Amino acid sequence: MSAIEVAGLEKSYGQLRAVGGVSFSVRKGEVFSLLGPNGAGKTTTIEILEGLRRQDGGTARVLGLDPWHKGYELHERIGVIPQGFKFLDYPTPREAIAYYAALFNRRVEPDEMLRRVILEDAANVWFQNLSGGQKQKLGMALSLVNDPEVVFLDEPTTGLDPQARRAVWEVIRKLKNEGRTVMLTTHYLEEAEELADRVAIMNHGKIVAMGTTGEIESKFGSGQKMMVKAKDDLLTYLRENTKLQVEGEAGTVTIRLRDKDDALVALGAIEESGTDWGDLNVKRDSLEDVFLRLVGEEGREEGTE
Amino acid sequence: MAFSGRRMLAELKVHARGNIRSREGFFFTLIFPIILILLFGAIFAGGGVSQATVYVQNLDAGPASVSFIQALNATSSDCSPSATTGLCLRPVPADQNFSQYLSSRSAADGIIIPQGFSSAFQADQKVNVTVFQNPSSTTSQVVYGIVSEVVNGFNQYGATGVHSVGIEPRTVVGSEYKYIDFLIPGLVGFSALTSPMFALVNISSTYRRDKVFKLLSLTPLTKTEWLVSKIIWYVGTTVLSFILMTVVGIYVFGAHIAFTWGIGIFLVVGPFFFVSLGMLVGTVSNSPESAAVVGNLVTFPMMFLSGTFFPVSSMPVYLQHIAHVLPLYYMIDGLNNVMIYENYGPGLFDAGLLIVISIVVFALAVRFFRWRED
Repeated sequence: MSAIEVAGLEKSYGQLRAVGGVSFSVRKGEVFSLLGPNGAGKTTTIEILEGLRRQDGGTARVLGLDPWHKGYELHERIGVIPQGFKFLDYPTPREAIAYYAALFNRRVEPDEMLRRVILEDAANVWFQNLSGGQKQKLGMALSLVNDPEVVFLDEPTTGLDPQARRAVWEVIRKLKNEGRTVMLTTHYLEEAEELADRVAIMNHGKIVAMGTTGEIESKFGSGQKMMVKAKDDLLTYLRENTKLQVEGEAGTVTIRLRDKDDALVALGAIEESGTDWGDLNVKRDSLEDVFLRLVGEEGREEGTE
Repeated sequence: MAFSGRRMLAELKVHARGNIRSREGFFFTLIFPIILILLFGAIFAGGGVSQATVYVQNLDAGPASVSFIQALNATSSDCSPSATTGLCLRPVPADQNFSQYLSSRSAADGIIIPQGFSSAFQADQKVNVTVFQNPSSTTSQVVYGIVSEVVNGFNQYGATGVHSVGIEPRTVVGSEYKYIDFLIPGLVGFSALTSPMFALVNISSTYRRDKVFKLLSLTPLTKTEWLVSKIIWYVGTTVLSFILMTVVGIYVFGAHIAFTWGIGIFLVVGPFFFVSLGMLVGTVSNSPESAAVVGNLVTFPMMFLSGTFFPVSSMPVYLQHIAHVLPLYYMIDGLNNVMIYENYGPGLFDAGLLIVISIVVFALAVRFFRWRED
């Protein structure tokens, strides 16, 4: 059974169409990632699913409930970290957890929660004095107080240093191991590759690709490519003497390999060219290559950090 | 969703902790009331003005009393808002209870010409006009001085030159009061206004900007529980301010205060109203910056025109009209009625009015205050 079902979801802000007909479903226990540049519609989509915004069209069901109309019922069963998680300045993590536990009427041992999110060291530090990574971890802890079946994480590692990011990843892996469904938005490709069972790439309010990272790479990638360290004279030689697709950039010549014959032709032509070359590699398109091709150059700055 | 005391208590606890830990919260809750009472108590211990509104009740039907009033009139100004000197005489019908009449107008000064004044004066018998004073009011000394001059003059031009007319001074409520007594209700009102208004205007706009409201909307806490917990907190801080101010008022300035149950009503209704109003102002504003501007526009006129530092009766008439539409006026007037005059009728009217507008503003605040967006 699906934990999340979305069909034809639409949302506009005035003239701006933030989400334009998005459909997907997330299985129970799955880590599903919405990947896309800023402004792609990820946060609007996830906020509709959390019951924070009302959609203009389409349907959304989380654990079988309409998030907007059954918000109070749904919030007992989901956990959320909103984008740019902020909290009150003065509670310590331990107090914040006790506060949330009282709101949800749950018996929770704050220290145990802090251990789960690896935040024991800062148990008694005021929120305003926590580091960015510690704040995100507290957000994680708060989202888990009600023992949620589905956890929504909206860009949980944005702005964190690599070490803090990996610590948050560790917590997300634990959530998956506990059998929880996790919906994660991110604009870090590495994060989606590391954590997600399936990925949906969003751009301009639409899903442009969906599947496992391997599926997306093979479906939307352009196959294998050979990369050779060489000067421009090799590039010129290959263009003039072969039908291979070649590109050159910063001292590297890239040859697209449509099949095995292309590989043999390329090797022969390089040898025949008599030019000076070195460092030959063959690799497949990565998720990053696919991502850049799908979202275009506008996504490069935000999407490939 | 049922109203939950447990959730409200949790919210109250987290807010209280934040207030106690933040330096600003600590300052405005504990230190500021003491500074206010010390500062204004010291400033207004002296000083005065030379224009005063005086209520005059003539119980005598004879010619001497008419002459006496004419003599007083000769010192009078035209009662215009711009007048700064002299007495502004306002007649009081003979069938009115004079003390109550003054109390109901929060007035400080009045004169009663007794029945039989003319016949006694003509017969050179001793007769006193009663001058009602409020020692706390800066106008009372002026009034007493002017009436003394008129009495002296009147005696000299009397039938025989015998000093038959005297002055019997009385305070408006029958015991000795000081300015500090009347300052305390004003400053308690000031505290009940500023602390919740500034805090709620700020909280409601910054929580929205920082998405804290969104976060709270994902918990079972309701908007009403959240707002009621804030009201409880600010009732607590207002009570604390009241205690601090009265303790300082009594021990430093020798204030006299009637500790009556009516005070409690205002210490609850005042913060109830201003928390709701602050929330409403913050909610309808687009950003913390615009909320602060709107908040100041609402707060500052009330702060200075509601009788906080100066008696409303000493203000020009057009400002008195403005004061009468400001909610804080009814809190301070009500506190004056129950703490100083022990005049429960008008006090209950003030309380009733405040309760009604508080319920309306609270309902509007809950209606317009949104956790989440469409």
